[in-house]
Amino acid sequence: MTDSKYFTTTKKGEIFELKAELNSDKKEKKKEAVKKVIASMTVGKDVSALFPDVVNCMQTDNLELKKLVYLYLMNYAKSQPDMAIMAVNTFVKDCEDPNPLIRALAVRTMGCIRVDKITEYLCEPLRKCLKDEDPYVRKTAAVCVAKLHDINAQLVEDQGFLDTLKDLISDSNPMVVANAVAALSEIAESHPNSNLLDLNPQTINKLLTALNECTEWGQIFILDCLANYTPRDDRESQSICERVTPRLSHANSAVVLSAVKVLMKFMEMLPKDLDYYGTLLKKLAPPLVTLLSAEPELQYVALRNINLIVQRRPEILKHEMKVFFVKYNDPIYVKLEKLDIMIRLASQANIAQVLAELKEYATEVDVDFVRKAVRAIGRCAIKVEQSAERCVSTLLDLIQTKVNYVVQEAIVVIKDIFRKYPNKYESVIATLCENLDSLDEPEARAAMIWIVGEYAERIDNADELLESFLEGFHDESTQVQLQLLTAIVKLFLKKPTETQELVQQVLSLATQDSDNPDLRDRGYIYWRLLSTDPVAAKEVVLAEKPLISEETDLIEPTLLEELICHIGTLASVYHKPPSAFVEGSRGVQHKRLPGSAGSGESVESPDTGSAAGVSDAPPAVIPSQGDLLGDLLNLDLTPPATTGPPPPATSGMQLGAMDLLGGGLDSLLGGDLGGSSAMGAGFGAPPAAPAASFSAPVSGGLDDLFDLGGGVGMPMGAYSPPKTVWLPAMKGKGLEISGTFARRAGVIQMEMTLTNKAMSVMTDFAIQFNRNSFGLAPAGPLQVLTPLSPNQSIEVTLPLNTVGPVMKMDPLNNLQVAVKNNIDVFYFSCQYPISMLFVEDGKMERQVFLATWKDISNDNEAQFQIKDCHLSSDAVSNKLQGSNIFTIAKRTVDGQDMLYQSTKLSNGIWVLAELRVQTGNPTFTVCLKCRAPEVSQCVFQSYDAVLKN
Amino acid sequence: MINSLFLISHSGDIFLEKHWKSVISRSVCDYFLEAKEKAGDPENVAPVLQTPHHYLISIYRGKLFFLSVTQTEVPPLFVIEFLHRVADTFQDYFGDCSEVLIKENTVTVYELLEEMLDNGFPLATESNVLKEMIRPPTILRSVVNTLTGGSNVGGTLPTGQLSNVPWRRAGVKYTNNEAYFDVIEEIDAILDKSGTTVFAEIQGVIEACVKLTGMPDLTLSFMNPRLLDDVSFHPCVRFKRWESEHVLSFIPPDGNFRLMSYHVSSQNLVAIPVYVKQNISFLETGSCGRLDITIGPKQTMGKTVESLMVTIPMPKSVLSVNLTATQGTYTFDLTTKVVLWDVGKLNPQKLPNLRGSISIQTGAPKPEENPSINIDMKLQQLAISGLKVSRLDMYGEKYKPFKGVKYVTKAGKFQVRT
Repeated sequence: MTDSKYFTTTKKGEIFELKAELNSDKKEKKKEAVKKVIASMTVGKDVSALFPDVVNCMQTDNLELKKLVYLYLMNYAKSQPDMAIMAVNTFVKDCEDPNPLIRALAVRTMGCIRVDKITEYLCEPLRKCLKDEDPYVRKTAAVCVAKLHDINAQLVEDQGFLDTLKDLISDSNPMVVANAVAALSEIAESHPNSNLLDLNPQTINKLLTALNECTEWGQIFILDCLANYTPRDDRESQSICERVTPRLSHANSAVVLSAVKVLMKFMEMLPKDLDYYGTLLKKLAPPLVTLLSAEPELQYVALRNINLIVQRRPEILKHEMKVFFVKYNDPIYVKLEKLDIMIRLASQANIAQVLAELKEYATEVDVDFVRKAVRAIGRCAIKVEQSAERCVSTLLDLIQTKVNYVVQEAIVVIKDIFRKYPNKYESVIATLCENLDSLDEPEARAAMIWIVGEYAERIDNADELLESFLEGFHDESTQVQLQLLTAIVKLFLKKPTETQELVQQVLSLATQDSDNPDLRDRGYIYWRLLSTDPVAAKEVVLAEKPLISEETDLIEPTLLEELICHIGTLASVYHKPPSAFVEGSRGVQHKRLPGSAGSGESVESPDTGSAAGVSDAPPAVIPSQGDLLGDLLNLDLTPPATTGPPPPATSGMQLGAMDLLGGGLDSLLGGDLGGSSAMGAGFGAPPAAPAASFSAPVSGGLDDLFDLGGGVGMPMGAYSPPKTVWLPAMKGKGLEISGTFARRAGVIQMEMTLTNKAMSVMTDFAIQFNRNSFGLAPAGPLQVLTPLSPNQSIEVTLPLNTVGPVMKMDPLNNLQVAVKNNIDVFYFSCQYPISMLFVEDGKMERQVFLATWKDISNDNEAQFQIKDCHLSSDAVSNKLQGSNIFTIAKRTVDGQDMLYQSTKLSNGIWVLAELRVQTGNPTFTVCLKCRAPEVSQCVFQSYDAVLKN
Repeated sequence: MINSLFLISHSGDIFLEKHWKSVISRSVCDYFLEAKEKAGDPENVAPVLQTPHHYLISIYRGKLFFLSVTQTEVPPLFVIEFLHRVADTFQDYFGDCSEVLIKENTVTVYELLEEMLDNGFPLATESNVLKEMIRPPTILRSVVNTLTGGSNVGGTLPTGQLSNVPWRRAGVKYTNNEAYFDVIEEIDAILDKSGTTVFAEIQGVIEACVKLTGMPDLTLSFMNPRLLDDVSFHPCVRFKRWESEHVLSFIPPDGNFRLMSYHVSSQNLVAIPVYVKQNISFLETGSCGRLDITIGPKQTMGKTVESLMVTIPMPKSVLSVNLTATQGTYTFDLTTKVVLWDVGKLNPQKLPNLRGSISIQTGAPKPEENPSINIDMKLQQLAISGLKVSRLDMYGEKYKPFKGVKYVTKAGKFQVRT
């Protein structure tokens, strides 16, 4: 006899029949009827009409019948709130039943009835049950608090249930503790800042004791709760780790992963030279490997987490490459994750094995998987330099298979390899060109076009190849169009004589016949560039490209830190911080790994140092000065090396835009146009006229700006602004830079505080400036001699000179800086107070002052007001002198002091000033005259800053 | 925590739903069904899906999807483990986990789900405890119930839940006291074309069937416990004793349970019992290919390889095969294109061979991929890792139990690439 008979009652009048049976006198008939009702409910039929009849069956001694009725109530009470009240009395009575099973059942069921009216009746029985003598009842009641909170949070708080729940954490029964923790954790999720789980060493100790004795599920809740605790010191951290480690051998994989989370987090606090630290690292590998022999769904979650762990601590699994080898009947989602981890673990030691595997995968059936395998080969080449050659030959073998998608994928990755190892593997270009016709995916076409353009000089028929693409220009995707435009411009710059027509054609296609603004803009920029200054164009378009590195697909360190704190959660599966997706993430707190306790011992063992991020040579190299510009501008544009369209074209465009301005500036300054203007002769002006804006910012006397002058003088208390944050840690992969500028003893100094907020040691610092208005450049290398440990700060003073290359910036005192360390290159821009360029010999002779004042035309005069300044004119004069603004004469007219002042900038520009100070009036007027009026605004800002500090 | 559970047949029919908190409309499953549609093969549906308001975490067991819905951040492994536990429980109760059986036992299923989870928190998941509260349906009991009006639901408090040994029910009584342990090892291996081992490991489990009266305290010791460096235990095992003495000391649950699982990964310890000589080739021109497979014993430790079974998933363009087997029988499934060769016992004197021709759709190109060969086999009375139980001692009870240990080695994911 089975329950399927309950499903057969689909005929008419079913409800009616059931009603009759429910009201039958026979116990057995009643029960059968309730079973039928439940069965109908289970499959989603509406049997709510039977509510009163079912509730009538509730008062029974038969436990099964009672349970069945409870089941029914939970489902339908919501839709029949008034009727549900009828059940309240029975519940209250059951909560007093001598049998704890019934008490627990009653309180449990009551909590599931999500009707406001009922919750009020629930409070008293619940309070009793929370203090029940039987732990089974207490544990059920603990969960009931969470239920009630879900229905009516205010009520729970008002009734003081939260405090009772907190008390239960100290309960003698581990199961009760576990449920209390679970309930509190759930409630805390809707009150992120409520500090419900107030963890202190005593509660931690209670939790650790309960951990050993409660059920597997309770262990998960307790471990997740422990992970939120921050131990006071490394000793506490170690003792918690020791007590959590046995959980790694639990059969339940969720317990294992939660334990891994606790250990990964608390490990941060252990000194690296501790023996226990090494032991712990060794203990973590086997359980992670074991997770991979579980069901595929568990494997998937485990793999997503291992991906994070491997990035944070590659040493844990570095010898376990083989367990990530793909089996042909793994589900695709497992295959793709395994592949990802294989690449992360690839190193010189195991690359041969990895490549053999990847090659095997590239002949599998599943297209997505095959593509990813091919890509992985390219990533290996970029990651492990020694293997590059083998990777390239493997890729060539794959291209020979002529399998369409394999060929296309291979070409995309070969392009990346070219960028990583320029001038090394170009011999394969011929083979690539053979496959030109078979490419039908935009990404592969764009990659191939990039290769043709980049190596145009080595490909005899490059023009023909590109021309063939040009025929269907308008049908191509934007990605391909942009790439084609850039490639043809490159080709033209390399072989100008034969390709004029081609470039003319592509420029007009891009500018006149396309509605894509990106394409049009890039077209115009090239056109403009080629017609004004072909030499500059060459420098720009054919600039040396920054190298790409394997780094690009790593998770950014601060995010990684946060995700490590969320191991085992949904966040770790999505690789996104919870704030990015958890519904209504009202102020979800960002979790951080605790810092190492032994921060005094700044030297970490070498293996962790290298393991922390990059295992190989430092990645992106700081390019030479000229390229830095490109880099600075390229900042947000470079897509990851292995995905997205190839970046050079984009950077080319940006470079173009900027240098266009620089070029225009040069020419206006009388610098000769240089280079073969014959090349540019073929071009008319582009149809649109952005030209006006190019010349606009440059006016007459700017050439003065570029005279260079050094300053020698006496030490004086020059004004220096307070330090501000230039590079926040979020953008600097954990490196935070704050700083200011000062002029001390006639030397301009950049004073910086470098703080390491990442978890790995930072070394190999270097700094470079972009060209700037006053030729500021570092006078020496950045002196950071010792490696910067996590959470350590260092003060650095960098002397500057003003003999660097000059380019007008907007604003004038803007400085773009690139700082490199072993992790990456970071860019930021900051503004320096122009007062630090005021030299010490800036005091003009009176006569000269007078003559110069008259000489400078009134057009170059600028007037500003300094408000809220309560200084006397003498004090003003003294204060300004400290910053090398010298008062030459003072005149008093009608109670108004007129100060005549002179200042000389490091590049020889004189600024003359008349400062009017009226006694009793806090507003001063300053009138500046200068041959280069652009500086006036900055000089005024310095006046303002100096006087107000 | 877990809000709701939907059971979905592999054709996409939602046939059961259970809500532990507020009711979530079953339309939420549409996201899942969409993903299932996209994945094609039901095994390829990603286990964690995100929808605008819910997270869907699912497993695929016995051609059924167990789909759970959560609204808050939960550990997905916790949910997946729990779902597997639900499936295990169904299997335990009804003998199998299938749509038909679940529909036949809906009320029991509903009662079980109600006991297993409370407001999304797991409540009772140990089979011992559950069986005390809800008795599994047996033919005899249903007959008795109909006659006497008795019920499947126990009226007692699940006492085990409160003691220090929540996994064991109290007051167990047997007339025959017996304890059996099965050491089962599975070899997972990938062999390459030339027969070299690319990867090999052993997944071992010790399944126990313990029917002992009272509260016995058992100690199981091994001849060579050093083999086991990567282990996971049933909660009943005292971890401290294992760490210090390398013995398994525990108070067992009543009935069947998995005492421990272990993992031997160092490759030199993993013996490969058979070798495969194979040649599968497709001709460049014409629409045919050849297949020739011979299997022979390699490191069998003196045991016989039994239940040998070879599975070869052929490329999709294969139309038919014409093969001859020197031993056993073979079948070719026209829809899945799988050749299944049931060899049986491996005779070292006369090696089994399967050879013949493969025909491919005319006009179809030469298949790009090489099929992998999957091997299934069994070796009785042998744990291939060499693990041996040395003795089982019982404390705490007076009687003398009957003890037994059985070893068996099987092929797990044993694949040969071609």
